[in-house]
Amino acid sequence: MISLKDIRGAFLVSLWFVFLTFPLMVIKVNPIERIITWRWQNMLYIGGATFILYLVSRFFLRQKEARLERKRLEQEKEQKHWTHSILNDPKIYYSLLLVSGAFALIFPFIFSTYQTNIMITALMYVMLGLGLNIVVGVAGLLDLGYVAFYAVGAYSYALLHLHFGIGFWTALPIGALLAATFGIILGFPVLRLRGDYLAIVTLGFGEIIRLILENWNAFSKGPSGISNIPRPGFFGLEMSLGVAISYLYYLMIALVLFTIFVVNRLQNSRIGRAWFALREDEIACQAMGIDKTKTKLTAFALGATWAGMVGVIFAAKTTFVNPASFTFLESAIILCIVVLGGMGSIIGVILGAFILILLPEYLRAFSDFRMLVFGGVLVVMMVFRPQGIISNIRRTYTFEKKPESP
Amino acid sequence: MNGHRQLLTDKPILEISGLTKNFGGIKALDHLDLQVKAGKIAALIGPNGAGKTTFFNCLTGIYKPTSGDLLLTPPGKKTSRLNGLKPNKVTQKGLARTFQNIRLFPNMTVLENVMIGRHCRTKARVLGAVFRDPGTRKEEKEIVRICYEIIEKIGLTDMVNEFAKNLSYGAQRRLEIARALATDPIVLLLDEPAAGMNLQETKELDDLICRIRDEGMSILLIEHDMKLVMSLSDYIFVMDYGKKIAEGTPEQVRNNPNVINAYLGEDIY
Repeated sequence: MISLKDIRGAFLVSLWFVFLTFPLMVIKVNPIERIITWRWQNMLYIGGATFILYLVSRFFLRQKEARLERKRLEQEKEQKHWTHSILNDPKIYYSLLLVSGAFALIFPFIFSTYQTNIMITALMYVMLGLGLNIVVGVAGLLDLGYVAFYAVGAYSYALLHLHFGIGFWTALPIGALLAATFGIILGFPVLRLRGDYLAIVTLGFGEIIRLILENWNAFSKGPSGISNIPRPGFFGLEMSLGVAISYLYYLMIALVLFTIFVVNRLQNSRIGRAWFALREDEIACQAMGIDKTKTKLTAFALGATWAGMVGVIFAAKTTFVNPASFTFLESAIILCIVVLGGMGSIIGVILGAFILILLPEYLRAFSDFRMLVFGGVLVVMMVFRPQGIISNIRRTYTFEKKPESP
Repeated sequence: MNGHRQLLTDKPILEISGLTKNFGGIKALDHLDLQVKAGKIAALIGPNGAGKTTFFNCLTGIYKPTSGDLLLTPPGKKTSRLNGLKPNKVTQKGLARTFQNIRLFPNMTVLENVMIGRHCRTKARVLGAVFRDPGTRKEEKEIVRICYEIIEKIGLTDMVNEFAKNLSYGAQRRLEIARALATDPIVLLLDEPAAGMNLQETKELDDLICRIRDEGMSILLIEHDMKLVMSLSDYIFVMDYGKKIAEGTPEQVRNNPNVINAYLGEDIY
């Protein structure tokens, strides 16, 4: 698999790396004693590590090339990815579904409140991911300001409660509606934009919302935020903290199921098809009679709706909102969930959310390297599986030809 | 001018008069007149850069014409003006097109590509999609049925669930026609359907277009392949530098000195 040429390449690359990292890794200036320590052994480590890493990556790339070659030879139908074959086998699929369902149900009883809290966060990101998936994965509109709608949802609950004493259940649809409205407001000016330009404008929009929340003190109480937001109630029942969190957990499970149901149905409908077509080719789409304006705006509005709902839940969960929760990093993480999971694939997005939210939680021991690992995983993913963990399977339609009527 | 339109059935289904399109100082189209008659194949030919595709883009709403009239008269209905409509509205009115460089939806299946064509004839909305009421389900079934029929007609039945990108070049061209047919067009606009096809594929395409015409569709064709144009068309318009330089039956056009000049160059002796 690995030729002499690769080894030579690896040697050159490691030499180059050693040269590049030399000032950083080898020279250490001690300003107090005014001496320079030369850490030559670091040079060796760097060289060796780069050498091995390069060879390993070469090896995998070769394997990938070989696989592609094999793919080309085989029939198109026989080369489905193993994830697809698992999902297509009803036995495995349903037993997996059953196990994960049972696990989800008993989760709060077997794990601590802390774990449940983390799970709630993960489920929130599942919803956010599925919402953004409509915009980015299905309709192909790269939205980097998704967190703005999340903020709109959170602040609509916080402010409505502050000024009018409105409860969680009333705020949930209002937050969703407000976010959808903001989705349309953002949608109008960016209708003509595509790709990079769209990404820049949405990024700006996200920042605008955050900056408004941060600086318009009279409206949003500025950076100090709004506190004492009540948790979701259950017919006015008094709940202890633990029970309240378990309750929120089940609520999230229900909402996630609801989201999956709706998103799935949307994708397999006339509108979903139009979104997919819009992603593929905008001009052909219009020439086939699809109203670009309407289709894009529905995508923006529906995507934002979920962000708004999760925003309300976020406010209720943390009982406190401030603009610092809605930075660009949030948008980036949600986008990563969609891209890592597989654009347009519901199961992929769910998996992506769990991986990206739970991994950093449980890798706290390595918290210094968390972002590094995070970035590394993403790079590796993009190299070896750019379509995401589970790529989207387009639905196939069956049609039985009816016998000719006599 | 041909002022001898005696029969009502002779009234053109698509009438373009005085169509002009300026790009800055350049007249891409200069007072172009053109008619497509019901159930007939009209062809528009001309050397490279004559403005044929610009003409198509003006007709389908991608460009706004500077002046002129685009009039569509569906059989038994009132004439409507197509100027300044958005592309999707033009399609809704009954003009469906294919593209010179294939513009399918590569990552969607053959059937889904055709189903997109039905979009403008159906109306399920977000709520219908979520609740899947009987009306929506019936509509969806109807879409699949019609699209299957079209795919059968076009001869792609074996590949309904194949991704469009995996189809051969000729099959992709045919799929584009199928997608356009799914919009229930009154006039079908084909932009160089035979470009890049081999002899066998061109012949199959020839048959297909004839079959569609025989079912009563009116067709406007832009084409470079002279053999195909001469054998297919009922009436030919020739343009050069944005102007119409000749029109007539294939025989008339073939012997028209203007056409020969435009295509082969002028004698300078």
